[in-house]
Amino acid sequence: MTGFPWLTALIFLPLIGAVAVLCVKDTSARLIALAVAVTDLLISLPLWWMFDVSSGHMQFMESAVWISSPPINYRLGLDGISLPLVLMTTVLMPLCILISWRSIESRVQSFMAMLLIMEGAMIGVFSALDFVLFYVFWEAMLIPMYLLIGVWGGPNRLYAAIKFFLYTLTGSVLLLVAILVLYFQGGHTFDILQLSQGTYSKSLQFWLFLALFAAFAVKVPMFPFHTWLPDAHVEAPTAGSVILASILLKMGTYGFVRFSLPMLPDASQAFTPLMVVLSIIAIIYGAYMALAQADLKKLIAYSSVSHMGFVTLGLFMFNIQGIEGAVMQMVNHGITTGGLFLCVGMIYERTHSRQIADNIGLTKPMPRYATFLVIFALSSLGLPGTNSFVGEFMILIGTFLWSKIATAFASLGIILAAAYMLWMVQRVAFGVPAPHMLPKLRDVNLREAVTLVPLVVLIFAIGLFPNPILTRMHPSVEKVIARVFPSAPEQVSPVSRVDPFLPSVEDTASTTDLVFDQGTNNAAQGLVSPRSQGPRTPRRLVDAGGEGGFTSSEAEARSR
Amino acid sequence: MTFSVGDLFLILPELLVITAACIVFVLDPVLRPSDKDGLVWLSLGTLAICMGLTASQMRAPVEVFNGLVVIDAYGAFWKLLLYFVTGLTILLSHSYLKEERLYFGEYYGFVLLALSGMMVMVSAADLLTIYLGTELMSLSLYVMVGLKRSEPRSLEASAKYFVLGAFSSGILLYGISLLYGATGSTRLPAIAAAIAGQSLDDPLLMFATILLAVGFGFNLAVVPFHMWTPDVYQGAPTSVTAFMAVASKAASFGAFLRVFIEGLGGLKANWSAIFLLLCLATLVLGNVVALVQTNIKRMLAYSSIAHAGYALIGVVAAGRLENSLGIASVLLYLALYTFMTFGAFAIAAMLRKDGIEGDEIQDFTGLSKRQPVAALLMLIFMVSLAGIPPTAGFIGKFYVFMSAVEAGMTWLAVIALIFAAVSAYYYLRVVMVMYMREPSDVADGAPQLVMSPTLSIVLACAVAGVVIFGIYPNPLVQLAMQAVLTLK
Repeated sequence: MTGFPWLTALIFLPLIGAVAVLCVKDTSARLIALAVAVTDLLISLPLWWMFDVSSGHMQFMESAVWISSPPINYRLGLDGISLPLVLMTTVLMPLCILISWRSIESRVQSFMAMLLIMEGAMIGVFSALDFVLFYVFWEAMLIPMYLLIGVWGGPNRLYAAIKFFLYTLTGSVLLLVAILVLYFQGGHTFDILQLSQGTYSKSLQFWLFLALFAAFAVKVPMFPFHTWLPDAHVEAPTAGSVILASILLKMGTYGFVRFSLPMLPDASQAFTPLMVVLSIIAIIYGAYMALAQADLKKLIAYSSVSHMGFVTLGLFMFNIQGIEGAVMQMVNHGITTGGLFLCVGMIYERTHSRQIADNIGLTKPMPRYATFLVIFALSSLGLPGTNSFVGEFMILIGTFLWSKIATAFASLGIILAAAYMLWMVQRVAFGVPAPHMLPKLRDVNLREAVTLVPLVVLIFAIGLFPNPILTRMHPSVEKVIARVFPSAPEQVSPVSRVDPFLPSVEDTASTTDLVFDQGTNNAAQGLVSPRSQGPRTPRRLVDAGGEGGFTSSEAEARSR
Repeated sequence: MTFSVGDLFLILPELLVITAACIVFVLDPVLRPSDKDGLVWLSLGTLAICMGLTASQMRAPVEVFNGLVVIDAYGAFWKLLLYFVTGLTILLSHSYLKEERLYFGEYYGFVLLALSGMMVMVSAADLLTIYLGTELMSLSLYVMVGLKRSEPRSLEASAKYFVLGAFSSGILLYGISLLYGATGSTRLPAIAAAIAGQSLDDPLLMFATILLAVGFGFNLAVVPFHMWTPDVYQGAPTSVTAFMAVASKAASFGAFLRVFIEGLGGLKANWSAIFLLLCLATLVLGNVVALVQTNIKRMLAYSSIAHAGYALIGVVAAGRLENSLGIASVLLYLALYTFMTFGAFAIAAMLRKDGIEGDEIQDFTGLSKRQPVAALLMLIFMVSLAGIPPTAGFIGKFYVFMSAVEAGMTWLAVIALIFAAVSAYYYLRVVMVMYMREPSDVADGAPQLVMSPTLSIVLACAVAGVVIFGIYPNPLVQLAMQAVLTLK
């Protein structure tokens, strides 16, 4: 690529911006923060097109010595898994700043600075190729988030902030131990790419997996470790909720796909049943909890637990549909849930209540707002044609290849999602308000519309044309799978592990086509991605470990 | 026995510091009160010259005075650190003593005397020289702790410190004498040679090792020899507390490592087990008791106990490793610990409520509203003490844990890290109080950080160290690695 240090610019521009914001007055702080975030977005956009679609290798690599002994390097790079996440971050941050324009009145400079520090650290997490560097970014996020919740949060913010902090910190310290053990076992290096090539004994993998699991499962959050999430979401300011739900949670699942799967393939397989059970519990339990909530933010928080359950489910399927669906769903959940939290934030600014009961029948006073809310809700429940459908559907296909029973349970989550989302929409948008509560509410203004429209565009763009994202992540995901099934794929392939009554992979893929036909009405490209996947899956089984270049270029040809 | 003038030149830094201390003592009564600031500049100037001299001594070991003292890079590392801390102490005291209305010129003399004791400790190659240095440091500190003559708590602290300190000196001396009996020498290289030729389970040797560990344990404030720390840290003038928490601890670690690595290196397996127990007890007790403190100085006292526990991890690892990573991690840990602890104490010292020290954690309530910069600095120090990147505290912990993992004690790293998470709770309570609590009544003489030029310099140095070495620790890491190479 070019010599321009894209990723360094992406990471350090917000950090420099944060310092600048601290030094100016409130009003200009907002403007500077917005300008920095938008510039960061503009810097990141070219990466999407400059990214070499056919390669599963790291791109836009940068490397510099940071600490000479032990060798810790400042090493950055993107592959098809991290690229969409970085772009999601840069897209969401300007929106977070815009939504806080009026709602944050006190200590505006500090608030904006915290947002920008978060942005730099989050991009750093997704692009770090050195384990220590990754850990630094991973932990550097804790304090700004703690302050975002604790300083600008709701009435119970102190409790929520410290709970968030202690949960995530306790998980992360075990990650540090795992990093150090890997250093000594993996040939005295912190290089993530090299560590991903190493082989470790089964018992070592077992312990390392548990340590990584502690860090990542708390962040995701997976079922028994999720209790910090509703508290943090409810108390955090809107921008904090958006960052938390859309980006922070993804760091956990990103950790699984970047570290646990390729570095600890044996342990990952051994733990698959546990991970599947926890994921399915999260899916169903999260959805049930969401049904019971009277607070909009809590409802969305529990729906996040449910949706992230799908992501972890897909990741541990070790097939192309499952993992691609999971990465896809990471991006989708970021967009959709981000949108929902923005909507809740807007209504809270007007009625100062997040209770569903206090916000009934908004279609009359706020027709535009209701439209946005309905779109995000439909996307969240996975309506075909929206982004979430693609991701969740691919995850379910991947799960089907592994176990039909698991698929059946996971599908319950989609039904329940429809129940809680539609019920919420029914009350909030179309309910009949009590007479004394018919307020004169201002509809969405231009600034707020600007924060919502990009997400709506993305919902439909990804929902109808998922192929650009899928082709970009495909070679990288193949590399991950090749690590789990390094040789003799016939013996251990996911297909051969399921019972013979199952349709073959081609059959499954054609089912994909069928459903996509129904789902995406007229989108020619939308059809291509699943179809091009079908034949590719068996080929991977043949020449797994080889380059993904051939199959991907073929996919390109097909899509044209 | 030979004596050469060249030897005197090699210990020039020590001689300069002692001379400066004497000049301060002599000038103090004759100077008018308005001219006493001159003593501050005299002391600082001396430190600057010594810094230059010592920096040139970062080299292979040279024995002077027939092996009583050794000049090497290891000692130079500690000395540079000590000059830095002493400089910060003098600057902080300049502001602090004015606020407290303690106009004692001899204060600076005692600081320099204590420093000279510490310098002797870290470069001594003979147990008796080390003892001499320890006593010189301790006697000066006893006086400094009791400097607030009008306040009973200060006097109590001084008396307590003196009694317990004298007791521990006795134990140390007893250990030295037993070791002399077992090996026939007090010189570290001779002791090492004697141990190499003996059976390791000689009970006399074992007993001597334990007594030495107890004697040093007192100065390092490791559990269970920490009892004096909270009371003394709380009662002493805060500038003295900062000096003790950082400089005295660093010097004790310097001497302690030299004795146990150079002198008793042959008994590694034995003392490593002892320090493992002390280390675990220190980590657990220091962190857990700090949770319930309401006074910032007591909280920082327990925090400094806990940090000694983290540094001890490096010592335990050094006992099991062939390479010098463990020792280097201790040096690095204490150097980085200096910045954050001193910064935190400096803010605690200068937070004033109606002219009295506001040393309750409650007094920090709402500081971020009134003085955002001061609150931000305290936030950075607290985050660093908790060991969260990208601050210096993280780098220190990283190397210590790395040496533990390399020594095959992953479980120790896990325990220590879980207690690091516990410690985050009490450090963040200060942050919470500063940022998330509204001041209850503004009219009620809200505590303020009294700013002065010297305090600004102190805080700027501390925060620069925390941030710069947190982001780019490489130079300091190299220095520490280079320094331990001269330790045999």
